[in-house]
Amino acid sequence: MKQYLLSVYQPDGDPPPDLLAKVMPAVNAWEQELKTAGVWVFTAGLHPASTATVVRLHESEVLMTDGPFTEGKEHIGGFTIIKAPDLDAALEWSRKLTRATTLPTEVRPLQGEA
Amino acid sequence: MAVLVRVFGDIDTAEEAVQDAFTAAVQRWPSTGVPPSPAGWIITTARNRAIDRFRREATRQDRHAQAGLLHAQDEPMEEGAVHDDRLRLIFTCCHPALATAARVALTLRLLGGLSTAEIAHAFLLPEPTMAQRLVRAKGKIRDARIPYRIPNEADLPGRIDAVLAVVYLIFNEGYTASSGDRLVRDDLCLEAIRLGRLLATLMPHEPEVIGLLALMLLIESRRAARTTPDGSLVLLADQDRGRWDQDLIAEGQAIVRRCLVLNRPGPYQIQAAINAVHSDAPTAAATDWWQILQLYNQLLSVAPTPVAALNRAVAVAEVEGADAALTVVDGLDLGSYYLFHAIRADLLRRLGRNAEAAKAYDAAMARAENTTEHDFLERSRQALVDRLKR
Repeated sequence: MKQYLLSVYQPDGDPPPDLLAKVMPAVNAWEQELKTAGVWVFTAGLHPASTATVVRLHESEVLMTDGPFTEGKEHIGGFTIIKAPDLDAALEWSRKLTRATTLPTEVRPLQGEA
Repeated sequence: MAVLVRVFGDIDTAEEAVQDAFTAAVQRWPSTGVPPSPAGWIITTARNRAIDRFRREATRQDRHAQAGLLHAQDEPMEEGAVHDDRLRLIFTCCHPALATAARVALTLRLLGGLSTAEIAHAFLLPEPTMAQRLVRAKGKIRDARIPYRIPNEADLPGRIDAVLAVVYLIFNEGYTASSGDRLVRDDLCLEAIRLGRLLATLMPHEPEVIGLLALMLLIESRRAARTTPDGSLVLLADQDRGRWDQDLIAEGQAIVRRCLVLNRPGPYQIQAAINAVHSDAPTAAATDWWQILQLYNQLLSVAPTPVAALNRAVAVAEVEGADAALTVVDGLDLGSYYLFHAIRADLLRRLGRNAEAAKAYDAAMARAENTTEHDFLERSRQALVDRLKR
């Protein structure tokens, strides 16, 4: 089995409450489906990108800056790691996640085997 | 190649092994004679060479591929298995998770058997650029584990569409080179038709698969008549129909009739039918434009694209007149497409609105990337100006 990282890209700012009320149960149901199928490994929701800090090496010093690494209007809002036999299987779970969240998701293979 | 990709589970290993086997064949066959089953010999030799290679590079610890090899040892070489392996490879090469340009390059490399240099040449790209594109695509197939599998029933129609789109893209790139000075790059057209025939053999009951083959054959049948000896463009209406390839027309029309029997119409089949109507007409004047217009109406109902609507306008001009056609064209949002302006120019010319026509030719010329098409537009514009002077 391979592992895949499924990331959800979310527009910055608070989502409209009525959208959230619709999306959250769908996402929870999706996660439950993953667990029942035995493919779930890990899930995390993230605080907004405005809470992020970037640490980088500048010459010999380590500098810190406020904000996410990439400037943009969307950032990763959460991610899940799943086990799947191949990309088609991972994409199928990603398709369901995109339907549940109404947001774009990115599928990326982890190195090595699970 | 397709068999070995499945056996090794890795495209690069399969390519290396095949290369080794061909080298061995070149050395051996002249003295031993060609074996009874050359393809089988190549596959067996390639497999053995790859096993040798793995033993030499035992440190690589490629357990996945080694397991595949062991498993494959006693597998019989059957026609049906080769058939399925090629189909699997097609779906891998045209996987929607790959960029379109990568799908085209992989398909030509692994199924068309073109070299990286040949593909680079056909797409007017430097060889290192094309090589990098192939390496990246093969890397994604390997690392993201894009499967070698015939898609399940539910996904199949969409996945077949993706495969057909790649083949038609190759054909169109060959038919009207998007840039450069040769109107037809025959090699790409022939390669696309070869791939189309392969698909038709592998999926004979898919009407769109055979519909695409018919479409390409019917367009290809006019190749000799489409340019003059000096390479300039000849419009359909002005072509010497005696130079159309009757064998290709007969083959294409026979497929169109088979599609009619299957009665599951789709965009490729309808476009093939439109071309079949053109092929039926002994002269341009004898063209059954009414039937062509009906087919375009059907095409727009199954696949409403602006380009199809633009082509329909040409049929409208023949059936209802240039005025009606111009109304259709002006309602389309295709200002960046050179043919939009070229068709507008021709309609305006037919309506005697010559100053506007000249302007439309200018707009078309500014957007035509192919020199042959550009020259054609320039000649049309010049003819218009000359007539105005007289």
